[in-house]
Amino acid sequence: MITQITFYLFATILVLCAGMVVSARNPVHAVLFLILGFFNAAGLFLIAGAEFLAMILVIVYVGAVAVLFLFVVMMLDVNFNQLREGLQRYAPVGAAIGVALLAELIFTVGRLKLVPGVQEPTLPGPQISNTEALGRLIYTDYVLLFQACGLVLLVAMIGAIVLTLRDRPSARRQNISLQHARLPADTMEMMQLEVGAGTDALGGFIRPRDGYGATAEPIDARALPARRSDEKLGA
Amino acid sequence: MEQFFFHTVAGLVVLTVLECLAILVPLLMAVAYLVYGERKVLGAIQLRKGPNTVGPFGLFQTFADAIKMLTKETVIPSGANRALYLLAPFLTFVLAMIAWAVIPTNNGWAIANINVGVLYLFAVSSLGVYGILIAGWASNSKYAFLGGLRSAAQMVSYEVSLGLVIVSILLVVGSLNLNDIILAQRHVWFCLPMLPMFVIFFISALAETNRAPFDLPEGESELVAGFFVEYSSLAFGLFFLGEYMNMILMSAMTSILFLGGWLAPFNIAPFTWVPGPIWLILKILFVLFMFIWVRATFPRYRYDQLMRLGWKVFLPFSLVWMVLTAGFLMATGMLPVGSANGVG
Amino acid sequence: MAAGNLLKSFLLTELLGGLGVTLRYMFKPKATINYPFEKGHLSPRFRGEHALRRYPNGEERCIACKLCEAVCPAEAITIEAEPREDGSRRTTRYDIDMTKCIYCGLCEEACPVDAIVEGPNYEFATETREELMYDKNKLLANGDRWESVLARRLEMDAPYR
Repeated sequence: MITQITFYLFATILVLCAGMVVSARNPVHAVLFLILGFFNAAGLFLIAGAEFLAMILVIVYVGAVAVLFLFVVMMLDVNFNQLREGLQRYAPVGAAIGVALLAELIFTVGRLKLVPGVQEPTLPGPQISNTEALGRLIYTDYVLLFQACGLVLLVAMIGAIVLTLRDRPSARRQNISLQHARLPADTMEMMQLEVGAGTDALGGFIRPRDGYGATAEPIDARALPARRSDEKLGA
Repeated sequence: MEQFFFHTVAGLVVLTVLECLAILVPLLMAVAYLVYGERKVLGAIQLRKGPNTVGPFGLFQTFADAIKMLTKETVIPSGANRALYLLAPFLTFVLAMIAWAVIPTNNGWAIANINVGVLYLFAVSSLGVYGILIAGWASNSKYAFLGGLRSAAQMVSYEVSLGLVIVSILLVVGSLNLNDIILAQRHVWFCLPMLPMFVIFFISALAETNRAPFDLPEGESELVAGFFVEYSSLAFGLFFLGEYMNMILMSAMTSILFLGGWLAPFNIAPFTWVPGPIWLILKILFVLFMFIWVRATFPRYRYDQLMRLGWKVFLPFSLVWMVLTAGFLMATGMLPVGSANGVG
Repeated sequence: MAAGNLLKSFLLTELLGGLGVTLRYMFKPKATINYPFEKGHLSPRFRGEHALRRYPNGEERCIACKLCEAVCPAEAITIEAEPREDGSRRTTRYDIDMTKCIYCGLCEEACPVDAIVEGPNYEFATETREELMYDKNKLLANGDRWESVLARRLEMDAPYR
């Protein structure tokens, strides 16, 4: 009794949310309705006794995917009037496609039958938790499909990275491990200065290294050609 | 009595309400004294005394602050999205509370001892980002918005390594039930064999709760106060409570996953006399002290360094460690397969 | 060297070192003083609230030479003077605008008779702006109130003047 009431409650809210996702004027509101929809779907899973699926739905879709949706949608500057411009014109076509899809779905689901030769899925006994049952199925019978799904996702991820990765040679990047490995001797040189001798007498300002990582011999400042200030001015 | 509580609908409702109160009231008190403790510890480390005037040793300081805050006016910015603006603090607060339903305080003592306890905790903690994101967006303020975006990116990034750490624990335990995870630590707490994971989990927990040195979402010096700049009075109070409750929750999670939850440190006489809940509280207090200690020690991370740490250091490291754990368990034949019914 | 660095960064030695420092500081004696009940030490030269002093016989010291008024860089002091019935030169008005005053102590330096001094009192916050416009009565009252401390301070500072 209570199960049925909660089922219809979740189901009603889910359908309403789905409608609002499509019809909400503000895209942020649409995403938030989507999230509420996910929650109700998780609730439906819970009623069906699939607590693992419910939690995974919340973690993956609500906790990660929808956050990124929200993230992107909040930063977009959408012009709603422009978006709605073609609505009247495309509505009949869209509706037609929707009706066709719905008809197909009803047709398919109504005659759903297993291919002959495939055995009926055996329900796990009550002593196996559904997490374990799911694991047994995924990693045995459907391991190939499961791994293939993973590969598809990997390809999608690599594709997204390749499309957006720009290597700008002008950008100055920080190499933290190099900075950590830096020693005082790499960047600093202690010199004995004669009294009265300025930097010019020692060959002007010298940078001992190109960067932190370069492994150059210690430069003998005196061996460098002397550069005097008047020369610099002349050049 | 038993007939009423366990076999009638009214009795069950009363029982549930009592259970909720048994968690919530101590939790709210804990937040009050966590704030006090934080101010005291931070003060001590900075050679100050901290609050010491309101009540003996300043023990009533938090209540004085709370009364002051609640008597202020709730300001709603004119450009704000009213409904979402008010929803956000409630969301943060409620999410921080509902997670406590599955925390076991002694063998089998939890409001809901569910099979997927770890996943439930993980799911609830991953939802915490919505309160912040919605608050940042609904405030219609650039500081709040930037804070919200930062926190969204940060929490999503650190959840990945947090998840991988939890997975390696689950590999060892073979169950998603929190009680089973604690019982699996009877011989040795997981913080010893999985010390690197413990460190990663703790640091990720800091990032997940937006605590220093990862408090970029509310970085006072750059974003004024981040996502809750525009909030005042009760709405701010709910954020504040939610944040500190999340801190306690993360500490409880750390204690359960790595420090043996309600188990005594050694299974011998003087330690086993102390009841389990006391041990759990002591461990939570220790982790909370670590939170505050870290806040007093380290400066705030720069945003790109934060992202680098999450994705380029923690993610590969925890992934490698997870594979190593799985490999080790397979090689030594210690993989807990079919724990529920002994099949495997 | 590189391996050592790697080890150092993976073992978090520097972070642990930092944590060690803060933990040590936690148990050090605290620098806080419990302010309204405990107060910090003040130098005899501390420049706080102004006061006009009197001679031990009760005669006011100020002779209305207006040196303080002239030297005041903030122009906070206003003096008006007339001869008194007994023919001595005294002020009829001696006002200090404490909101203008920058507490530089030049008035005290300029005074030939040690009449205007800056005392050790720094707790003279008021609720209205008007209360900070000090007149002669207020300044003399300050002098009477703080005289023992003021004399002692001048005596202690005298060798360095």
